[in-house]
Amino acid sequence: MDPKAEKPKKAAMKPPEQQTEVPATVGEPFVEQPRMVCRDVNVYYGDKHAIREVSLDIGRNEVIAMIGPSGCGKSTFLRCLNRMNDTIDICRVTGTILLDDLNIYDKHVDVVPLRAQVGIVFQKPNPFPKSIYDNIAYGPRIHGLVRNKAETDEVVETSLIKAGLWEEVKDRLDNPGTGLSGGQQQRLCIARTIAVGPEVILMDEPCSALDPIATSKIEDLIDELRQQYTIVIVTHSMQQASRVSQRTAYFHLGDLIEVGKTPQIFTNPRHQLTQDYITGRFG
Amino acid sequence: MARYLIRELDKIKKKILSLGTLVEERVRMTTAAVDNRDASIAQKIIDTDWEIDEMEVDVEEECLKILALHQPVAVDLRFLVAAIKINNDLERIGDQAVNIAQRVMIISKQPEMNFVFDYAPMAEKAEAMLQMSLDALVNVDVDLAFKVITMDDEVDEMKTKAYDRIKTAIKENPQRVGYLINLLLISRHLERLADHTTNIAEEVIYLIEGEIVRHNNY
Repeated sequence: MDPKAEKPKKAAMKPPEQQTEVPATVGEPFVEQPRMVCRDVNVYYGDKHAIREVSLDIGRNEVIAMIGPSGCGKSTFLRCLNRMNDTIDICRVTGTILLDDLNIYDKHVDVVPLRAQVGIVFQKPNPFPKSIYDNIAYGPRIHGLVRNKAETDEVVETSLIKAGLWEEVKDRLDNPGTGLSGGQQQRLCIARTIAVGPEVILMDEPCSALDPIATSKIEDLIDELRQQYTIVIVTHSMQQASRVSQRTAYFHLGDLIEVGKTPQIFTNPRHQLTQDYITGRFG
Repeated sequence: MARYLIRELDKIKKKILSLGTLVEERVRMTTAAVDNRDASIAQKIIDTDWEIDEMEVDVEEECLKILALHQPVAVDLRFLVAAIKINNDLERIGDQAVNIAQRVMIISKQPEMNFVFDYAPMAEKAEAMLQMSLDALVNVDVDLAFKVITMDDEVDEMKTKAYDRIKTAIKENPQRVGYLINLLLISRHLERLADHTTNIAEEVIYLIEGEIVRHNNY
């Protein structure tokens, strides 16, 4: 036997650039009377296939948590839900995403009101360099939701109350929003999102820059907001996902591996990859 | 940190198995004590029960520590919950062994009555169930765990037979009621002992399959 033949060629050792087969999602990705319906969603960043054939329903008045290791596509998927990916030139989204009956990727859809309907709160609190009052009032004004000072006052107050911030800031609404603590700033951003009357609130790691007390307040707030809104939260904290969500979706290398009720995912996940990730076996 | 947690869980598993081995030994001693009406073995079972109690407390403290420090989920959480419950069942099996030993202490001082009820098969079955339930835990064997559950019915039947035999014996020998009641209690304790081994088997099934099979008809 030729001794050279035993050595595998370099090219053969190279891993394939991309898995070809998309695994079927395990669990219950679909719900009755969903708020949002996503079918066969694919996202490409140039040549990179970042999200592969994801089909998932987002229920009404539920908190759904997206978990998975870094680079698994959970934030990318979240950003599809209000077309934030449109801002990235090389990003291409295929498939269907419906908000109620509206295809949000329809060419006639205006993304400005869409992003009011599907608001987003980011990882790092990002209040405008304006007063607390103006931070909240800005959205309703540009969307034409308020006609006069009295209406604006009311929206500012109710939004701050809903975000659990009113009592802490009611006497200093003219102070700059950036002067608040991190946790307060994040609640200000949530209040700003609420002010334009959304149906869905997307949260991209909303507590990762906050201390445990501020985190706890945001988590309590998420639970309260669920009564009125649908919330999709991306989090690296498995404990946070288990505390705040009713359903959990596990992403891995751009695939939606498993979706299920949160207690089931954290006590008895069906897929080995989910189990390995949540028990810290990898990731 | 996951590696640390896995090491800690391994430690718990080893401790549970050491406790299991100790309890198995006690059950074997119990079988011998019943078979031979041996007061010295019975006394040894009673005197050494503290070892089981101490180990049980130790395992429980370790489990609570891991829950507080690591907040395990999924299979790790199920393992820990199963460990806490199996730990408790093992300690209770130790207690049943002591209860039986106490009965043996009493009957061994009295003249033997022949042909009332042969406890050897019942005690051996309960002993086998304990061994199988622990093997199921070690080998992650659902089928073996289910086998233990079905064996529990056989032990229950034996207890019923013992009851009938002893009832007849009491009628025939009313002067030996005290002795016979102690015999009856042995069957009761053996049956409870087998119930705890069944609990262990059910916990093993929960650990592996993630489903609670208690109270089901299987």
